[in-house]
Amino acid sequence: MAAAVRFFIRGANSRLSVGTGTSGSLGAALLKLSPSCSSRSKTQRRHAAHFTYQPDPVPTQYGETQKMNLFQSVTSALDNTLSSDPTAVIFGEDVAFGGVFRCTVGLRDKYGKDRVFNTPLCEQGIVGFGIGAAVAGATAIAEIQFADYIYPAFDQIVNEAAKYRYRSGNLFDCGNLTIRAPWGCVGHGSLYHSQSPEAFFAHCPGIKVSPHKVKDNIKCSFTDGDPPHHSRAVMQVPSQIINNPLQKSQDLTKYKINTIIITMKARLKRWICDLLSVFFQSVVKTGRLLVSHEAPVTGGFAAEISSTVQEECFLNLEAPISRVCGYDTPFPHIFEPFYIPDKWKCFEAIKRMINY
Amino acid sequence: PSNHKGAVLSTLQSLQARAFIFVLFVAVQKCDLHKLDEAPATEVVMTREEGLKYYHIMQTIRRMELKADQLYKQKIIRGFCHLYDGQEACAVGIEAAINMSDHLITAYRAHGYTYTRGGTVKKIMAELTGRRGGIAKGKGGSMHMYCKNFYGGNGIVGAQVPLGAGVALACKYQGNNELCVCLYGDGAANQGQIFETYNMASLWKLPVIFICENNRYGMGTSVERAAASTDYYKRGEFIPGLRVDGMDVLCVREATRFAAEHCRSGKGPILMELQTYRYHGHSMSDPGISYRTRDEIQEVRSKSDPISLLKDRLLSNNMASVEELKVIDVEVRKEIEDAAQFATTDPEPPLDELCNHMFSNNPPVEVRGTNPWAKLKSVS
Repeated sequence: MAAAVRFFIRGANSRLSVGTGTSGSLGAALLKLSPSCSSRSKTQRRHAAHFTYQPDPVPTQYGETQKMNLFQSVTSALDNTLSSDPTAVIFGEDVAFGGVFRCTVGLRDKYGKDRVFNTPLCEQGIVGFGIGAAVAGATAIAEIQFADYIYPAFDQIVNEAAKYRYRSGNLFDCGNLTIRAPWGCVGHGSLYHSQSPEAFFAHCPGIKVSPHKVKDNIKCSFTDGDPPHHSRAVMQVPSQIINNPLQKSQDLTKYKINTIIITMKARLKRWICDLLSVFFQSVVKTGRLLVSHEAPVTGGFAAEISSTVQEECFLNLEAPISRVCGYDTPFPHIFEPFYIPDKWKCFEAIKRMINY
Repeated sequence: PSNHKGAVLSTLQSLQARAFIFVLFVAVQKCDLHKLDEAPATEVVMTREEGLKYYHIMQTIRRMELKADQLYKQKIIRGFCHLYDGQEACAVGIEAAINMSDHLITAYRAHGYTYTRGGTVKKIMAELTGRRGGIAKGKGGSMHMYCKNFYGGNGIVGAQVPLGAGVALACKYQGNNELCVCLYGDGAANQGQIFETYNMASLWKLPVIFICENNRYGMGTSVERAAASTDYYKRGEFIPGLRVDGMDVLCVREATRFAAEHCRSGKGPILMELQTYRYHGHSMSDPGISYRTRDEIQEVRSKSDPISLLKDRLLSNNMASVEELKVIDVEVRKEIEDAAQFATTDPEPPLDELCNHMFSNNPPVEVRGTNPWAKLKSVS
């Protein structure tokens, strides 16, 4: 399947690609022209000037829908949970006034200060407290202010929460616990407000790592059932604030490009089964795969996806699976625009895969 | 320029004609004590030279922070920026009581300490703007500034306290009579690792001065809402403690002197709580008025501003003249302007710095990155 789409990418910022053989993509780049179109024609240029974003059709099976941004949908999901589940409590640093990402705005006024309350500054304490609350039967929703701060709580999550059901032979579980932690770069976060720790937790059996994508995903995670040998503690990792250009590229499959671009925003419900069935279908159809995330490339989640896909779809692949991820360095302060895997780097990778 | 010089000279000549008090005995506020039999002196000595020096340093820190605020609003400084204005007396008082060979570590509100520990304003501002002339080569930013015997500059709340105890252990081990001043805030005082550190430091009698800079708010949470006990100087329980007026530079200096004595004589750690205040919000993204009133900020500014307190002391006791202090102000302003100019025009660090200084590696190491064919080099 040949690529039959024309790109005209207007580059406002120059991005240098380091160490590539082909020309660095600065400014405009033209891929392949369909013979019936003239590049000089103004209308054609305008038509091809950018991706035409095709939004998902509005789901009708859930009743009324409302246009919301990510944070509003989180707030809405929390609102629904608190109203339908009388044992639900939300706690964390600064959640009472609405949270630093505005995910809990108005909830304290609506549900009272014994259901939405601030904790002191102690992540280990917050998560430990949450585990206890969940074990005793409450639906506990703990917030870690930035994912970079989650490391004092790492022991509690990995050793206590994840293994509770397993080690007690299903006598106890903390499946009602959800930990929310915003990750990813915001444009000026630097070393300690930009990290993506999903790989650390994905490696741990017993917890589910899932990004916020749609409201029902969030809601499901609070009430989700699980195969018996997994603990039900769920951790949600909402996606970052910056406008990730890769979001738009999911539409490329609609243009029959030979690649799929997957971001960490893809649904990871049962992270082995469901996710990969989606990937496998697409890889069978197009033959190429590019995985991208902000976390450093070594040991990042893209490695897991790549290796599983090549196990299952080896004969369908027409080019090596490409990983466009962050560099193996701490998240830099001044070099951030250069560090993140942006659309230019992905485009470079796509070109190479197509021309493989 | 010649006019300016002439003005300064004539001012100095007129100053020499006046008789100033050169040594002053001042009464400072008594400190609250916890598990201590002796207390820091309440009758302290300040010389004219010391007074002017403290004034100069505090004014520099104040103007530097205000300039950083300005540059941040112009988006020349980006990232997170936590400003120190209002708390200058703490940094200056502490430094006045310890030696440059002693060690100090603090959290992210570190610009003032970087200056008192030997960083220049130029390098600090260049680090804020992320340029190659910065004190951490532009790679750290506001929260990660370091210089000799100053270990930063730490982003994670409370994480610097065990580090400080470790530095103190090294001092004790090497027997060099140095100590470590380990600072944290009222918010961090509720972190578990602090208490672990109290235990270790006390058990092994490490020469560490724990200092809690209590500015009444942990980001947006007031101390009453965050802590079961707001007597932070007592939180060390088995560690002796002092509560000190952190807006008076002399009070801070005396208390730190007392604490340093305590450590150097081998009695082990000691805890100080400095009651201070910050005028700005927690960081530049916090307006600072949603959890406290403007009146409160105004009240502190008019009644307890550390620079004003020192200035009044100098002027009312005839230790300096208004003109002299004005000359210092002008000097400080010029220094800050020059530094800001440098910080804005200095080039950013080169791209190959991205991967440097991760490990200690003799032959350069290759760093994997965005694509398999783009490998960067890391040297150290």
